[in-house]
Amino acid sequence: MNIHEYQAKELFDRFQVPSPKGQVASTPEEAAEAARQFAGSKLVIKAQVHAGGRGKGHFKNGFKGGVHLIDSPEQAAEFAAKMLNETLVTVQTGESGRLVRKVMIAEAVDITHEYYLAILMDRASCRPVIVASTEGGMNIEDVAHDSPEKIFRQAVHPLLGLQPYEVRKVTAALGLSGDLAKQFSKLLANLYKLFLECDCSMLEINPLVTTPDGRVLALDAKFGFDDNALYRHPEIVAMRDKEEEDPREVAASEYDLNYIGLDGNIACLVNGAGLAMATMDVIKHFGGEPANFLDVGGGASKEQVTAAFKIILGDPKVKGIMINIFGGIMDCNIIAEGVIAAAKETGLPIPLVVRLEGNNVEAGKAALKASGINITTAATMAEAAEKIVALVN
Amino acid sequence: MSILINENTRVLVQGITGSFGARHASLSLAYGTKVVAGVTPGKGGQFFENIVPIFNGVAEAVKETGATASAIFVPPPFAADAILEAADAGVELIVCITEGIPVMDMMRVKEGLKGLPVRLVGPNCPGLVTPGRGEKSHGGCRIGIAPGYIHKRGNVGVVSRSGTLTYEAVFQLTQLGYGQSTCVGIGGDPINGTSHCDVLQMFNEDPETEAIIMIGEIGGTAEVEAARWASENCKKPIAGFIAGATAPPGRRMGHAGAIVGGEEDTAAAKKRILAECGIAVSETPGDMAVTLLRHWGKA
Repeated sequence: MNIHEYQAKELFDRFQVPSPKGQVASTPEEAAEAARQFAGSKLVIKAQVHAGGRGKGHFKNGFKGGVHLIDSPEQAAEFAAKMLNETLVTVQTGESGRLVRKVMIAEAVDITHEYYLAILMDRASCRPVIVASTEGGMNIEDVAHDSPEKIFRQAVHPLLGLQPYEVRKVTAALGLSGDLAKQFSKLLANLYKLFLECDCSMLEINPLVTTPDGRVLALDAKFGFDDNALYRHPEIVAMRDKEEEDPREVAASEYDLNYIGLDGNIACLVNGAGLAMATMDVIKHFGGEPANFLDVGGGASKEQVTAAFKIILGDPKVKGIMINIFGGIMDCNIIAEGVIAAAKETGLPIPLVVRLEGNNVEAGKAALKASGINITTAATMAEAAEKIVALVN
Repeated sequence: MSILINENTRVLVQGITGSFGARHASLSLAYGTKVVAGVTPGKGGQFFENIVPIFNGVAEAVKETGATASAIFVPPPFAADAILEAADAGVELIVCITEGIPVMDMMRVKEGLKGLPVRLVGPNCPGLVTPGRGEKSHGGCRIGIAPGYIHKRGNVGVVSRSGTLTYEAVFQLTQLGYGQSTCVGIGGDPINGTSHCDVLQMFNEDPETEAIIMIGEIGGTAEVEAARWASENCKKPIAGFIAGATAPPGRRMGHAGAIVGGEEDTAAAKKRILAECGIAVSETPGDMAVTLLRHWGKA
């Protein structure tokens, strides 16, 4: 789940992680008001979208750049009018771009030095790890590749928590001393608290900056949240912006389905994530292009299966469907009932290949046969993949 | 022999009165598993299917029935607590089926289990099966959610993150006439109790296991670590499959742990390293058993 820059700032403010002054605005008037609030500071206006590359992007109305310095409240309103409810295209959004619904008026800070600071859950050591580098403001993968000695890692004990000596180690690794070191120490302790209390999977500040007037600030942040923990974070779930997500995936999540949209034309509906990944792989192996990843899970109801089917059928790129079920928890008859219901409701205009095996398979196969729907069956997943690719091509 | 469980293992089921727990406790009983107790706080004194006593807590269940293994079917907000309760009660093997436990909960649980004489398998796993010698492999031990009928008693060990891919491999083997010693689903979460490498070590020591199938997927380095250990230490032929060759980077593919972080945890990288370590890599999921048999010299 991604969040906007202004929401990241809300979290930073809540946990007292210093960042440049900023205020979100949904109208030109609000933008002007925000600029007035910050009179005396150099300001920028930034389009709020879940994608990078905003500065170099362009709007479909011709306005260039999603980030601009502004010299007055009037200019804030003027630029906001050119951005709000307009579509911004960046290298990360693709040609279709993203609709900008909010802008942020923020303090433009002068930078003495850019650092990198991140906290992530390291699966190998089963610990949160703090990653820090003096080489901020650039791609950390490049730093890892070219000068790995400039990246400092500090694992934190899962039960003991972040210790002051560990904070001192990170501070020293960044070459900070004096008052800047004091500020950084507080920032890091608060950041770690945020990481734990919000059940983050990843939190990256790039760059973290020191300024000529002696401040330490988080300039840009990227958050990842543990999906498994969202049930205990309604305040974070409230930050979700469905408009920024693939509409097929939004529809799927309303039914608790695990769905990821891809670009191909053969859709698949599978139980079990490993089998779903392998199904995509086997479709590709036989020359097809998977349209999606879809795991209906072990406890799927007939309604969920029907909903899954309809989401697949709602994708205009899809020219064929492969259903691959090996029931452990999943009851093959429930899949069959869901498929039959969906096919009857939608008419099934495209080829469907079904491979069923496992728990209650005989009842499932019998139901499909009795339904009278035009279904091609297969005994193995390889056979199913070969058949659907042939039918689609 | 088999590993971890056999036809005599006494199993308790935490969450036996929930719909999933109940369904699979029932299927395990039908398979011949010695399900000797259930635990649901507040339902102590009742019976499951008129034969399995239900207790309020794991300690009492263990004391009264001598159960040594537990299957956990408890919802995510309470599952970490269920694991710790079982460990505290002296359960030797904890198999946590639950999907959706917060990663930080598992991080703390794993730390908390250190030093205790307990093995955790999972979470987010399909469980374990040691097939029986009866018809349709009945009479064995089934902990978890796997369909019993696909198994056959034999000499191939199977270890996997994915439940349904395990069933594919097992069914392929059974249909070709080759049975399984034990099938272990370690689960799809990024932090779990038992790794591929742990299981390979057990299969390596097990006299009944003669060959191994290892199934992995994108995300993390577990398969690679297991492969490197095997190339130095494993006496038995291994075939492997890695799912997720077509997965887009950075997306969580269902399993919490199935997310490509960098160059090393893609399917392609893992397949390459497995092959370098002497593991026969199956190109498609339909060829897992056949790939093993060729590598093993049986085909």
